[in-house]
Amino acid sequence: MAQLASALVTMLLGVLGCAVYFYGSNILLDKVFPTKSGPAQKVARNLRISNTIRPWLFLGPAVLLLTFYLFYPVIDSIRLSFFDRSGDEFVGISNYVWLFGSDEFFESFRNNMLWLIVVPTAATFFGLVIATMTDRIWWGNIAKSLIFMPMAISFIGASVIWKFIYDFRSGGDAQIGLLNAVVVFFGGEPQNWITIPFWNNFFLMIILIWIQTGFAMVILSAALRGIPDETIEAAVLDGANGVQIFFKIMVPQIWGTIAVVWTTITILVLKVFDIVLAMTNGQWDTQVLANQMFDWMFRGGGDFGRGAVVAIVIMVLVIPIMIWNIKRANAEMEGR
Amino acid sequence: MIASSKRSPLTYLVHATVLFLVVIWTIPTAGLFVSSIRDKDQLSVSGWWTALSTSEQRIVDRANGPKTQTQEGDQFVIRGNLLTNSSAVITQFGFSSLDPEAFAAGTLAEMRNGQTLQVMANGDYALASPAQWKGSRGQRIFYTAEVPPRFTLDNYREVLSAEGLGQSFLNSLTVTIPATIIPILVAAFAAYALAWMRFPGRALLVAAVVGLLVVPLQMSLIPLLKSYNLIGEFFGVGSKTYVGIWLAHTGFGLPLAIYLLRNYIAGLPSEIIESARVDGASDFDIFRKIILPLSFPALASFAIFQFLWVWNDLLIAMVFLGNNEEHLVLTGQLRELLGSRGGNWEILTASAFITIIVPLCVFFSLQRYLVRGLLAGSVK
Repeated sequence: MAQLASALVTMLLGVLGCAVYFYGSNILLDKVFPTKSGPAQKVARNLRISNTIRPWLFLGPAVLLLTFYLFYPVIDSIRLSFFDRSGDEFVGISNYVWLFGSDEFFESFRNNMLWLIVVPTAATFFGLVIATMTDRIWWGNIAKSLIFMPMAISFIGASVIWKFIYDFRSGGDAQIGLLNAVVVFFGGEPQNWITIPFWNNFFLMIILIWIQTGFAMVILSAALRGIPDETIEAAVLDGANGVQIFFKIMVPQIWGTIAVVWTTITILVLKVFDIVLAMTNGQWDTQVLANQMFDWMFRGGGDFGRGAVVAIVIMVLVIPIMIWNIKRANAEMEGR
Repeated sequence: MIASSKRSPLTYLVHATVLFLVVIWTIPTAGLFVSSIRDKDQLSVSGWWTALSTSEQRIVDRANGPKTQTQEGDQFVIRGNLLTNSSAVITQFGFSSLDPEAFAAGTLAEMRNGQTLQVMANGDYALASPAQWKGSRGQRIFYTAEVPPRFTLDNYREVLSAEGLGQSFLNSLTVTIPATIIPILVAAFAAYALAWMRFPGRALLVAAVVGLLVVPLQMSLIPLLKSYNLIGEFFGVGSKTYVGIWLAHTGFGLPLAIYLLRNYIAGLPSEIIESARVDGASDFDIFRKIILPLSFPALASFAIFQFLWVWNDLLIAMVFLGNNEEHLVLTGQLRELLGSRGGNWEILTASAFITIIVPLCVFFSLQRYLVRGLLAGSVK
């Protein structure tokens, strides 16, 4: 109860602090440079001044927070990658030399590439297929809602859910993991799935695909509905069958949306961390960059130099998408 | 759409396929839930899909020691009951590991030296011997019991109190609520400025926000950890505080918040804003009285996003709030349990269900806003 009370008080203080800043600063501005009354010349001058200042009152906290939490750390990470484990001593490129000489890095890099190829492809594919089919049946919305549901589940929760499915009992004990039970039912040999090198990566990927398919489905379904009916009617009149209509008429029209879904999931995949941490913690050849980075941050008291180097690899992989996004946003702004 | 009105075989195929996919997508969560309310002894020996059927358990137990023997006529007898669960029924029993199901319940089993063992279906057993029982340990009894399905909330009771999930639940709430509200306030003002105010550097700022949208969190962690340690030292407080994590979530959530809200606010009709300006309203008044009420749908969308994201986050909580008991959030607690109670599925399933129940409720009740936000955030 005490915890709840103090939590409520701190919550209120935090939220109030924010509100007070915005109200207070704007009211202060109006007090110092009054624009409602006074000699016309002075009002005009005050109006000019307050119009110059006010955007920065509005933007101030956001700019400060973005600078402190995102912009400055990116720069500092680059700097730290040239420093030793505590970040005090300049060590040149030795962290990079270590990185490109370490097997663990190549293992994570290979796994990350696998994730990058498999997860966005599978999630987008399933999303598209499900979106197309659910649009044609009367209970489509219920189906969509259920397939969308894993989106709300945390990665760690999803990991527990799937670890239970992959659970393995040795010897002749009854299998309580669904996957092994199915395998046994069909006469197969039960396996400890998440310890089988290489293939275990795919068992981890299934979790993220399970989560992300709903996202792909929702967005692609909206895009499919946006396709003008005339194009489809024209194709039907020309005698196209369902498959032809899907691949030659519908898919090309939503190509842009598919790209957006794909890149969004790609970025998520690059940062995937919780699932690997919870399922294997990188054992049995399942390491990925984000988990390796986290590992180095704390391993043996933490090696900030090496952690930063791994982070930079992730960043470099994201940069092409970042540039593409900015270009797209700029094009949109001009169109407005 | 292209669905024809007549029922073709293809339509049935679509129904069947969607049903199949829906089952695949929901079964994992369903399994978790069913398991979490099963009796823990049953959970560990049979799959959750058998939850409704009577399960068979093979158990080894020991009879009471010779100390409890009584003389009945010319026999020395040891009596007792094997079953702790009163609704179970014993079907078979045996006294040797070579043949644990040798005798049906109720029959009299001959052992060595004229000794006999009888086990009844209700668990009562009697060991009889013409000579006095010796030694200190009781005779081993093997039996097969049929246990009817049993559902219980014990698992939840246990994790909420003994495993500290109740505390974590409060911690999660403490982290999540301010970390959802603060970024909305900060972002709404910034979004308005970026959409409707004129000042130098506006286009650059918008581009920067779009760019920061995809910066991986990993880039920020180490420098921020260092900064937090410095700041904590300077103020003489620990580096792991609620204020610290609120601000961290605010900072990381801001790009998406500003981007979503700016798109929405920029799309509001300019006549409203222009006419308010002509009437002498300041930007602050316009924002407060016109923009905020009008952008409610966008604010709600982002709030749901941020709520789900913060509630489900593990990485930021682990780095900025640490692993000590009193600060552990639900996701962190679940991860600890996964390490320490890896095989205890009754604990894990119940804990996992507690961590996902709040987001699931939010999801199902506010799905409309979530979908709208997703669409605004990515479809162009």
